[in-house]
Amino acid sequence: MDVAVKMQDIVKKFGDFVANDGINLTVKKGEVHAILGENGAGKSTLMNILYGLYHPTSGKIFIDGKETAIGTPQKAIDLGIGMVHQHFMLIPPFTVTENIALGMEDTKGVVLDLKKSREKIVELSKKYGLSVDPDAKIEDISVGMQQRVEIIKVLYRGANTLILDEPTASLTPQEIVELMDIIKSLTKDGKSVILITHKLKEIKACADSCTIIRHGKYIDTVDVKVTSESELAAMMVGRDVSFTVEKEKREPGEVVLEVKNICAKDYRKVDILKSLSLNVRRGEIVGIAGVDGNGQSELVEILTGLKKAESGSVTILGKNAFNVTPRQSFDMGITSIPEDRQKHGLVLDFTVAENLILQNFEKEPFSKSGILNDKNIEVHAKKLIEKFDIRPNDSAKKAAKTLSGGNQQKVIIAREVTNDSDLLIAVNPTRGLDVGAIEFVHRYLVEQRNKDKAVLLVSFELDEIMNLSDRIEVIFDGQITGEVLGEDADEKELGLLMAGGKKDE
Amino acid sequence: MDVLIRNLGLLINAILIATPPLLLAALGSCFSERSGVVNIGIEGMMTIGAFIGACVAYFSGNGWLGFFAGGLSGAVLGVIHAIACIQFGADQTISGTAINFIGPGLAVFLCKAIFDNSSDSPALDTAAKLPKMFEGVFKSGSFGYNVFSTYSVAYLSFILVLVVWFVFYKTKFGMHLRAVGEHPQACATLGVNVYLTRYICVILSGFLAGLGGAFVTLATVSQFRPAVIVGQGFIAIAAVIFGKFKPQGAFKACLLFGLCNGIKALLGAGNAVSPNLVSMIPYVVTILALVFVVGSTRVPAANGKPFLKAR
Amino acid sequence: MSKKNSILSSNAFYTLISIVIGFIVGAILLSIAKINPLDAYKQLFNGVFGKPKFMVWCLIYAAPLIFTGLSVAFSFKTGVFNIGAEGQFVVGSLTACVLGILIKAPAIIHVPLCFIGAALAGGIWGAIVGVLKIKKGVNEVLSYIMFNWIAFYLSNFVVNLGIIHKDGGGEATKDIAETARILAPKSIIAATGASATNYGFILAIIFAVIVWFIINRTTLGFKLRAVGFSNTAAQYAGIDTGKSFLTAMAFSGALAGIGGAVQLMGMSGRISQFSGQEGYGFQGITVALIASSNPIACIFAGIFYGAMKYGGGKLSLVNAPAEVVDIIMGIIILFIAISSLFKNIFLNHGKKGAV
Repeated sequence: MDVAVKMQDIVKKFGDFVANDGINLTVKKGEVHAILGENGAGKSTLMNILYGLYHPTSGKIFIDGKETAIGTPQKAIDLGIGMVHQHFMLIPPFTVTENIALGMEDTKGVVLDLKKSREKIVELSKKYGLSVDPDAKIEDISVGMQQRVEIIKVLYRGANTLILDEPTASLTPQEIVELMDIIKSLTKDGKSVILITHKLKEIKACADSCTIIRHGKYIDTVDVKVTSESELAAMMVGRDVSFTVEKEKREPGEVVLEVKNICAKDYRKVDILKSLSLNVRRGEIVGIAGVDGNGQSELVEILTGLKKAESGSVTILGKNAFNVTPRQSFDMGITSIPEDRQKHGLVLDFTVAENLILQNFEKEPFSKSGILNDKNIEVHAKKLIEKFDIRPNDSAKKAAKTLSGGNQQKVIIAREVTNDSDLLIAVNPTRGLDVGAIEFVHRYLVEQRNKDKAVLLVSFELDEIMNLSDRIEVIFDGQITGEVLGEDADEKELGLLMAGGKKDE
Repeated sequence: MDVLIRNLGLLINAILIATPPLLLAALGSCFSERSGVVNIGIEGMMTIGAFIGACVAYFSGNGWLGFFAGGLSGAVLGVIHAIACIQFGADQTISGTAINFIGPGLAVFLCKAIFDNSSDSPALDTAAKLPKMFEGVFKSGSFGYNVFSTYSVAYLSFILVLVVWFVFYKTKFGMHLRAVGEHPQACATLGVNVYLTRYICVILSGFLAGLGGAFVTLATVSQFRPAVIVGQGFIAIAAVIFGKFKPQGAFKACLLFGLCNGIKALLGAGNAVSPNLVSMIPYVVTILALVFVVGSTRVPAANGKPFLKAR
Repeated sequence: MSKKNSILSSNAFYTLISIVIGFIVGAILLSIAKINPLDAYKQLFNGVFGKPKFMVWCLIYAAPLIFTGLSVAFSFKTGVFNIGAEGQFVVGSLTACVLGILIKAPAIIHVPLCFIGAALAGGIWGAIVGVLKIKKGVNEVLSYIMFNWIAFYLSNFVVNLGIIHKDGGGEATKDIAETARILAPKSIIAATGASATNYGFILAIIFAVIVWFIINRTTLGFKLRAVGFSNTAAQYAGIDTGKSFLTAMAFSGALAGIGGAVQLMGMSGRISQFSGQEGYGFQGITVALIASSNPIACIFAGIFYGAMKYGGGKLSLVNAPAEVVDIIMGIIILFIAISSLFKNIFLNHGKKGAV
């Protein structure tokens, strides 16, 4: 097979930080080539170089055998490279046709000729089985269709090599299956697909070869057919995979959180939680497994007071906690490690010390009759910075935004663990963190459990759920569709449940 | 009946004089806001346009030349606003506030420097003002006279609404300007030049606001005075919001607000209804519109947000 | 951090540069208008520092500007841009004026009454915008601008009401009662030589300290700042963000309203019909920007602006238009607005942050 894209010894430095350190990549025509690596391994940097958004510090790029300097997205497009970004680049109030034609509009004289563009779109849509409604507005169509629009957008520009950045992150299982079919129809037509992912299953399902990157370094390129998932995982992480967390067996105690028949609608007024019930007891970690978009976020928002449910009941240690405010939720004993630490977890412009008392600033010793006590606030901060090893260790008076992602997460963990409430909710607590920080987070979640607190873990990472949970509840389409004990968990079975299958079948 | 028709004619005449400055400025504001740059400097741009228009017309004796020069002076302030907001990512409201200091300040400064320390420019001869149409066709004071023998720019500004509408919705540039106001990052990945598109729109907004200001001194008032614009730039912005950021919507709002100004002009002093209360109407109506139709008033998504290229 | 970097990262450095650029641009314009900029600036300088009396006048001019500056600075700290200080100033001044004319009371009651009325009026004017923002999602910058003009015409309307209007024509109200004035005792006025010497400036300093204390040292300030920096994180932490915004906007409005009262009760003593916006609110934006939103720095920024206004009025002595001050101030705002980018360029020179 001919080579479509070859990247050789690519180095990219941001100041002192080396994001890519001598990476090699060879993508053949007509193949699906996966790029596997943990968050922060350097996958996106590499692809942004290929798409002309970044300039490599050193290294060579060959397109169709010719050495090329890319430089701008426009040049990449001209060279037949197209990228579907993880966060879609679509204009919500524009129609599908307008979004695809934008920047390459057909005109009759000075007048736009969207009809002509529309015809081309319909043609592409038929050819590759990408069903879209060319006249619908983006804001009215599903995430799956939005992704197909993005793929057509790339094909419309004559792309031969398509980069798909974490394409399944927000798709339903059904939509993932459809995407796999689309990818196959693309490669059948001689196009190459570069698939950026950290999901092993998807690689096994549709990739031909796979390049593994770890900490910015090139590890290997392997033939997917002859490599097992665990081998891939070992290469990705750099040691034996299952970083099982040490935890002694415990008998769970009284029920802390009891959720019964919760129903809720999302912002589009569509039913998102359909009579969901759940409980968490003292001394156990309950993991909620499921694909993004099945109601997890809404459930957490309801528990933490950010969203109102339509009906149902919530109790904490027997007390009614249905549709409370965030303040009431906190006072009743719910604390949480939010999914988006920069948006919800921290006030980035506040100092670390201020962030550490974000919920407790009105209490003694941090303030008295409305006046803040700076000295006590600082002493508190220094204590936690030392205990939780937040770096730099003189950061009490520094703005939280100056800290690294891992240390920002440590600030949140320090605050929430110190709050020591009866129920700790953690949502994707390790997203975007490196291995060391992940272990840190896991250690404290288990510690809370061992201190006889209840822990509710929501994660899209099945490994994380399986490693930490005493009990796993699978969420699908706004309902709990299955319950598995942590020690009995089986990835296949969970996967089936997450896709809407029934346990007994 | 005759009285009614005559009064109607007078009212239409008042609207035809009060609307064009608002409309020109509002169309300019549409360009800027839809491309994602908030421009509250319209008022300052109108004021400089009002002065330069009057000044150039005074010295050249040519109303059209003054009108065009007024537009250009507004465009110059547009360039300043564009550089600050687009190139440097300045807070757009603050930059607009600066324009509202600089525009009127410069207008009065220049007026005093040129016209012997007077803050009012000398009155313009009829010949130096903008021309009226159909002079002598209708009997003075008749309905036809009031409606048709008026400034041609008034009717041109109405035609301009169609032109702007066409540009917005039927041309490539219009699609780009609406797109960069919604999602500049997406445009950048597709090779649409976000900076250039926004530059053109903001400068155009200054040009049109300058024309609007020049209309005031070259048609309505026939001289420059420091308070000649007071608030018309903000009424234009209100009209754009009220018209949901669409040129055709802004047109309807300008007619309505022009009617308010027309009524005020007809009422004069000493009437039962205070002209001051009539003057409030555009602002109150806009607030009410924002409160009650907020769901359907969609502000361009990237409006007010700087877009700076990453490397 | 090295000393060089600490200078480059301080706002004061960029503000100073902006002020210098403002004066340079002003000088260029004056030259174009065939006025020697050195003469003009010398006149400006002498107009401010020439006599002790002039300096007192500058402080008198500064007082209302410090209040609108505090109003805007407070709003910046709490995540709002109070471009409506202009309107709040006007309704504050108007309310104090109406109370000052219609109420008969001894000074000990009359003065506080007028201040409270002005604070309430400004506070309500700001709070309405707050309610629209919180309950209806109306963009506050837009409604502030609308309310500025509603206040403008409301004032003109009230000024012309028979019971308020000055007898025998003119375009102003009656003078407010002596009991509602905050003029200094005759002996002090005689000593300073400035006929409007009043307690406004002292009041402004007191309020600057109060505002500083509230923002930095109280739990209320903590709450408002948290919401100002990140309302999502503040909400997550259990802070009632709607209430915070409303409190902040009402308080900011009250400060501007008091500024209006200070101007009326200390300086003008009556309200004239406006032909254009007075500009105190917009000048307050400048004051807050020059002060980098620091309440204490607002005192000095307010004095600077007051001096420019007072000194600028004397430029006509060298045939220079006083409007050069507006232009200089506009340029200063413009450059402060773009300075954050310069700051990043200077500080990141040679070390590009990871993306």
